[in-house]
Amino acid sequence: MIVFNQVQKSYQVDGRAIPALHPTDMTIETGEVFGIVGHSGAGKSTLVRLINLLEPPTGGDIVIDGENITRYSAAELRAFRRNVGMIFQHFNLLSSKTVSDNIAFPMKLAGIYSKAEIRDRVQELLDRVGLADHATKYPSQLSGGQKQRVGIARALACRPTILLCDEATSALDPQTTQSVLRLLSEINKELGLTIVLITHEMDVVRRVCDRVAVMDAGRVVEMGAVSDVFLHPKHPTTRDFVFESESIDSQERQEDLQKASGRILRLTFKGESTYQPLLGSVARASGVDFSILSGRIDHIKDTPYGQLTLSLVGGDLESAMTALEAADVHVEVLR
Amino acid sequence: MEALLSNVDWPEIGIASWDTLVMVGMSLLFSVLAGLPIGVLLFLTSKRQLLDQPLAYGVLSFVVNVLRSVPFIILLIVMIPFTVMLIGTSLGVAGAIPPLVAGGAPFFARLVETSLREVDRGIIEATQAMGANVRQIIFGALLPEALPGIIAGITVTAITLVSYAAMSGVIGGGGLGDLAIRFGYQRFQTDVMVITVALLVIFVQVLQMAGDRLVLYFSRK
Repeated sequence: MIVFNQVQKSYQVDGRAIPALHPTDMTIETGEVFGIVGHSGAGKSTLVRLINLLEPPTGGDIVIDGENITRYSAAELRAFRRNVGMIFQHFNLLSSKTVSDNIAFPMKLAGIYSKAEIRDRVQELLDRVGLADHATKYPSQLSGGQKQRVGIARALACRPTILLCDEATSALDPQTTQSVLRLLSEINKELGLTIVLITHEMDVVRRVCDRVAVMDAGRVVEMGAVSDVFLHPKHPTTRDFVFESESIDSQERQEDLQKASGRILRLTFKGESTYQPLLGSVARASGVDFSILSGRIDHIKDTPYGQLTLSLVGGDLESAMTALEAADVHVEVLR
Repeated sequence: MEALLSNVDWPEIGIASWDTLVMVGMSLLFSVLAGLPIGVLLFLTSKRQLLDQPLAYGVLSFVVNVLRSVPFIILLIVMIPFTVMLIGTSLGVAGAIPPLVAGGAPFFARLVETSLREVDRGIIEATQAMGANVRQIIFGALLPEALPGIIAGITVTAITLVSYAAMSGVIGGGGLGDLAIRFGYQRFQTDVMVITVALLVIFVQVLQMAGDRLVLYFSRK
């Protein structure tokens, strides 16, 4: 468990303190995938670097599994860092070392592993990330996705309990992003590893995260389960992110709504109800006619969801809404 | 052909070439041994780097700049008392080496500093995140990553030392430069001058080619 207690960070620029992170309380549970989303400069990079103290905080305490890491000595801190893997947007592999040597590097630095242990562990990790054929290649001979797989294998070498991902998929194309995210999900499940990932893409959060914190200007403005934050965003910044990920232009959307007649509802289906033939039966029973203005059916991590915006005319609107709510559909009246 | 090169004493040329080789080789060795740690220290103590020690950087940088701003021909003369103290003579091959190192080491140190700056900050950060200490970051990440740049720096330093070594002929340093000055310049033996210059050109070409090959071999980018 990672606990932030009024943690803050500011930088000294020309003798003035510029805040990068305002005092923040936050708890990340063991074994969860925790997303931090925000625009560049929102402070998410700082936040993730506070967890392994690459950036020391200027105030507050960071407590990991009951230990206050902000009080660690230099030697304790180095030992602690072996317990926290990290992967990066630009991979940060050593260009002078082969794939195998890159993966072995953190184990060699630790100085507590025998040569045989390192060799076996490297082989195991190469197999795990699907790069067994590339062991003797140099990073420059690999594609972006393969480089990030090396990064992940390297981060896992010393069997950490926490994995930090700093925009790990931002330099990758959509297909590669998907396969890297799948790999992260798998190792989260297999190893029970806590993953903290920062990103500027809500889509990444939707696919892999359990919970998410949304950051804006050095503050966490919204935090909660991904399905809540994603389907019912409250803060304007969160709404921007959700719209962005669905490629919705909010102005266009307003114009579309104005053209429609009748009541406008937004229905949110989650889990099993997504697959039920609900709309037709409710329409028949209540005599309401509907047209679909916009919608999306997709998954949040492993849970299916649907979100439809409908305009309804005629019939018994009240009973239609009651029937939908009875079937576990979240109903919002937009107009 | 015989008449054209009548003044050229080939055995003498051979000895002078060997002397130049020794002067450049020894001074290069000591320049690298002294310059590499100075370059690493310059890099580490500079702003926003691992050690970030403005005072130490300032002092070190000042000393390096002073040595680099003195024209080499002056450095040769200024160094004489110190050289005599160090190895008993300021003449010959041995006497030329201390001033050559004094000129070569700071030059090489700056080249090392520059090639370390070329190493991606992200790699240093990643190595830190693995729990490495400063020594491990230097030897495990910084130097291996900067190796091609450092080898290129050694090549440039070696070539600079070839020309410095030739200059040391002025104060009786020995080698091809000495030959060129004593015979080619003072006795107007143009043929000796041409031969020594040709040999120096070949020497520099060989050094540059060898350096380029090594850089290519160690570049993995």
